[in-house]
Formats: sequence, C-alpha cells, structure tokens
Amino acid sequence: MKKKNNQADLFMAFFRAGIFGFGGGPASITLVHKEVVKTYKWMNDEEFSDVLALGNAMPGPIATKMAGYIGYRVGGIAGLLNAIAATIIPTVAAMILLLTTLNAYRDVGWVNGMSQAVIPVVGVMLGVLTWDFIKKSSSALGWLITGVLLAASLLLLEWLGVHPAILIASILAYALLFGHKGKARRKRRGETL
Amino acid sequence: MIYWEIFLAFFIPGILGYGGGPASIPLVENEVVNRYEWMTTQEFSEVLALGNSLPGPIATKMAGYIGYAEGGWLGAGVALFATVAPSLILMVALLSLLLKYKDSPRVKKMSSLVRPTIAVLLGVMTWGFFADSIEASGGIQTAVLAIISFILMEKMKVHPALVIAGALIYGAVFLGG
Repeated sequence: MKKKNNQADLFMAFFRAGIFGFGGGPASITLVHKEVVKTYKWMNDEEFSDVLALGNAMPGPIATKMAGYIGYRVGGIAGLLNAIAATIIPTVAAMILLLTTLNAYRDVGWVNGMSQAVIPVVGVMLGVLTWDFIKKSSSALGWLITGVLLAASLLLLEWLGVHPAILIASILAYALLFGHKGKARRKRRGETL
Repeated sequence: MIYWEIFLAFFIPGILGYGGGPASIPLVENEVVNRYEWMTTQEFSEVLALGNSLPGPIATKMAGYIGYAEGGWLGAGVALFATVAPSLILMVALLSLLLKYKDSPRVKKMSSLVRPTIAVLLGVMTWGFFADSIEASGGIQTAVLAIISFILMEKMKVHPALVIAGALIYGAVFLGG
C-alpha cells in the first residue's frame, strides 16, 4: 500500500466503524476489526486480538484507544489524530445538532412524549449490559467471589456513599499489589510492576 | 473555572472506566449530576437515550454534548480531550511494555476484580432509569415498553437503533398528550 494513501484509508476505516457502530464503542469493535484486519490488512487477527485484550485491560473508552493506537502504528502521530477525529467528530457533531434541535422543542407535547418513551428502552439496554458484566465476572472469578464483590460494592456505593472513583482506584491498587497469587507473593512484595 | 471543571468531570471517568465507554457512563453521571449539578437525572437520561440512538462511541458523544452544553465549542473540545487523551496516551506509551505482560495475573486481575463494581454502578443506573420512567409515564407504559424492547433486541435481535426509532414514534403518538 502506498504511503500517501494511508491517511485517507485510515480516515475512511474509522469513519465507517464510527458511523455504523450502534450501541457504543465496544459494539463497533467488530467493525474496526473488519476494516483493520480484512479490508486494509494493517494487522493480522492475532495482533488485533492482543491489542484489543490490552486495550481492555486499560481504562477509558475502547473505541478511541483502538483508533488511536492503530492510527499511530499505521501513520504516526498524524495517523493517531486522524483516526481519533474520524471516530469521534462525525457522531459528536450529530449528537450536538440533534440535542440542541430537540431542546428547542422541549415543551412541545409529542417531543416530550418521544423522550419519555425512550427511557425504558435505554433502561433495558443498561440492564442487559449489567447482566453481561455479572456473567463475565462470574466466569472469571466464580459466583461466590462475584456475589461478595457485588454486595460489598452495593453497600459501599449506595449506603455508605463512597465515591465510585475511590472504590475503583482501591480495587485496582489491590489487584496491582496482590494480584499475583501463590508462592511468589512474599518474595515479590514491595517490588514495583 | 468551567473548563477546568469540565476537564475533571470527564478525566476521572476516562481513567477509571474499565470495560469501555458504556461502563464509564455511571461515573460520568456521578460527576455531571451529583457533583457539578449541570443536569438533573432526568435530563441526563434523555441525553443518554438520544446518544444511544445515534451511532458511534457513547463516551465521546456524551462528553462532546455535555461539554458543548456547559462551555460551548471549547467546552466540547476540553471534554473530548479529557475523555480520550489520558487512556490513549497510556495505551500508546505502554502497549509495547504491556504486550510482554499480557498474561500477567496482575493485569488480568485488574479488569476482573473491578467488573462487579462496574456491574453495581450499571445496575443502580438501570434502576434509576426505570424509576424515572415510572414517574414520567406510569408503571404500565414503562413495563410495556421495557418488555417489548427487551424481546425485540434480545430475543429477536432487532437492531437497537430501530427499536429506539420505534420507541420515539410510539412516544410521539401515545405519550404526547
């Protein structure tokens, strides 16, 4: 592939993955995979799944981490910015346009009805996502530990009013310090990652 | 300083949201509704609902719109930067290092231990959406919409965008009065 076409290809790849990906970033990853591995062959399947696995081990939105990293590999810093812009700008612009228009007609009855009817649908989507997270953690940790962690998180967040950021940061610190089970624990304590 | 607040409101969910953008939405809600009080829960859920009806990553759509609503185009830019940049810089800087540790139990434990907490955050938010909906449209409308959309999306695999479009039409016709 000629180098000068790379930036245009990058833009098209992430533009398509962004505007056809309904259901948030994680849902668009299959589209990113199709563009990156099948259409433009910037990576093979194995590289892609390694990058995805590590992207998932890091915080933040997955779509922009993937776009930025792949853009960087294909086209340097310009590629990074290009892929990020293609991923976010079209849909953010659509969002601002739609919502400012709707806000202008907020007091019209049928517009109000529209925003009421859509709330339970999003409730269902979030409920499904919640269940998905519970299933994934039980397959990684088992039902018992998952249940204990769920109950403890609920207690801390809802009844004791702990800020979610503090709770999450503590769990991450715990995993980083004590996440290596077994014999090596004592020997490696105090060592930095 | 509104831009600094916007930065912080999206920086914290960006660096703590494990499991991609949707998992960080409850954290965004916590900052936007509870801490800075830029929106009520009702307003936030409307923005989220419409955000879900459009394609593309949800975290950046929320950041872009809320940033715009609070601080104009510069606010949108600041919110997007705060959402995207920290985790992306980590990714680019650490990926080659992390590729070596990809089977490390610590790296795996980090995402698996944090998942139940994210599930609770999402579950509480789900509950909040249904409670809002019952208040706004009544229990029967809420149950009907929830059950129908669940069957369509999960059992019949209808595209979420179509289900949301259907709900918008239903709401315009039956809930407008």
